[in-house]
Amino acid sequence: MPAVRPYAAAFAARFMLMLQYRAAALAGFATQCWWGAIKVMVFAAFYAAAPEAAGGSLTLAQTITYIWLAQALLALVPWGGDPEIGQAVRTGAIGYDRLRPLDTYAWWYARSAAWMTARALPRAALMLAFAGVLLPLIGLETWSWRPPANMTQAALFAVSAVLLVALSSAWVMLLNLAAVRLLDERGVNAMTSSVIIVFSGNLLPLPLFPEWIQGFLFVQPFAGMLDIPVRIYSGALTDGQALTGLALQAGWTAIFIALGRAWMHGVMGRLQMQGG
Amino acid sequence: MSALLLLARYFSASVRGQMQYPGSALALGVAQFFATIIDILAAWALFDRFGPVQGWTFGDIALFFGMVSVSFAIADFLSRGFDVFGTSFVRTGDFDRVLLRPRSAALQLIGYEFRLSRIGRLAQGLVVIGLSTSVLGLDWHADKILLAIWTIAGGVALFIGLMVLQATLAFWTVESLEVMNVVTYGGVQASQFPLSIYADWFRNFLIFVIPLGCIAYFPVLALLGKPDSLGAPDWLLPLTPAAGFVFLGISFLAWRFGVAKYTSTGS
Repeated sequence: MPAVRPYAAAFAARFMLMLQYRAAALAGFATQCWWGAIKVMVFAAFYAAAPEAAGGSLTLAQTITYIWLAQALLALVPWGGDPEIGQAVRTGAIGYDRLRPLDTYAWWYARSAAWMTARALPRAALMLAFAGVLLPLIGLETWSWRPPANMTQAALFAVSAVLLVALSSAWVMLLNLAAVRLLDERGVNAMTSSVIIVFSGNLLPLPLFPEWIQGFLFVQPFAGMLDIPVRIYSGALTDGQALTGLALQAGWTAIFIALGRAWMHGVMGRLQMQGG
Repeated sequence: MSALLLLARYFSASVRGQMQYPGSALALGVAQFFATIIDILAAWALFDRFGPVQGWTFGDIALFFGMVSVSFAIADFLSRGFDVFGTSFVRTGDFDRVLLRPRSAALQLIGYEFRLSRIGRLAQGLVVIGLSTSVLGLDWHADKILLAIWTIAGGVALFIGLMVLQATLAFWTVESLEVMNVVTYGGVQASQFPLSIYADWFRNFLIFVIPLGCIAYFPVLALLGKPDSLGAPDWLLPLTPAAGFVFLGISFLAWRFGVAKYTSTGS
């Protein structure tokens, strides 16, 4: 498919470039281990206080795996727009992107997806080595990252993880466009990141929120950015529920891409270049 | 010009600069308020589902959260220059210019920038303390208010000490080390819950190495009128924030050692 080649090349180039930031990955990893350890101890204390309170939604082992996976995949949470696009807007370099004989949406989408995945992968590997291998070796099995529930769940998780990247990138594209529109992305990023940290399950595994809000939490778009893949992984969402989860991820991705494309059309029609 | 007068000038220049864009300053403050208040939402949801933990209720936890937030917000407001020291001063060589001025480097770094957006976290802390007060029906006598101020002062000293240590490390690493976030932001996170729920080694780390427990756990127990389940005597609890000042003193000793060893990276 020759039509895909430039986008694949953009993805690969950005991916390799981002892998250079080893010090940043190590620092992020250290912070995420500390955070994870605190959360594990806090959750262990709550589960010990009232073992039945989770009501079959998540066991302690599943919650701990949820926490480690959330730490591992933290770089896939769309905290903000792609900083390079924000900068291109401010410097006027955005003009070059518009001159390419390519679909600008797909071009930016590929680059943003590469930017997120390349930051996430080394950290996820380090986190798996720490929480999945080292912790059991030093006798802390109860605190460790467990393997997937079974092969079916593992396969479904693989699909869900790909959809997670697709969904997060589609959201990042909306943030990118907000940056183009407003010329300053910081306000929007700051406002949306709190919402995402709560509704993705990064703050607290979504099944542990009160029962009356569970229906809403499952269908809203941000669940697909962590909660659905992680619950599939640990076997908390199986069969029909897991498939519904995947469908929700795919559906929200399609909606965000459609919105992004429509918005891009409007924004680019009125684009004013910065810089000289 | 006295040091205080100079700081007041730095302060007003910094604030006036940020107020050139009042909308932006306000938006950043509001964003910080929401970004930091969601942590208490998680604690609320957990208590809603699991009930009290080791005798701790949601109101108790809210007091830990609020006190630590207020301390950290004030410290963060005062120590921005130390926070960005490696990246903005050592790597660029700008620290040479700081050393040439006839004022102490520490004073100039404190005066470097006062970020108004920290009001967001401060407001969050005060709101959460208010929440705790209403949930627990806390009675704020004069002596409790004094103890709260003393606790916050110790916390501010400890967090500034951490920022100074982070800056001191930059003399050797050139960059501002993101790893220090583990003990600054991570320290805030850790001290928001009572120490008794942590594992022994972690608890000891938070008492004896980086004494976050001394500026949150022990004095807040005294504010709540609870005895320490770990066995610290009641009379000791209100005295522990002093550890924050000791930590700050040690940090400044390390800082002076670093300044003495400093060799420029600039051109």
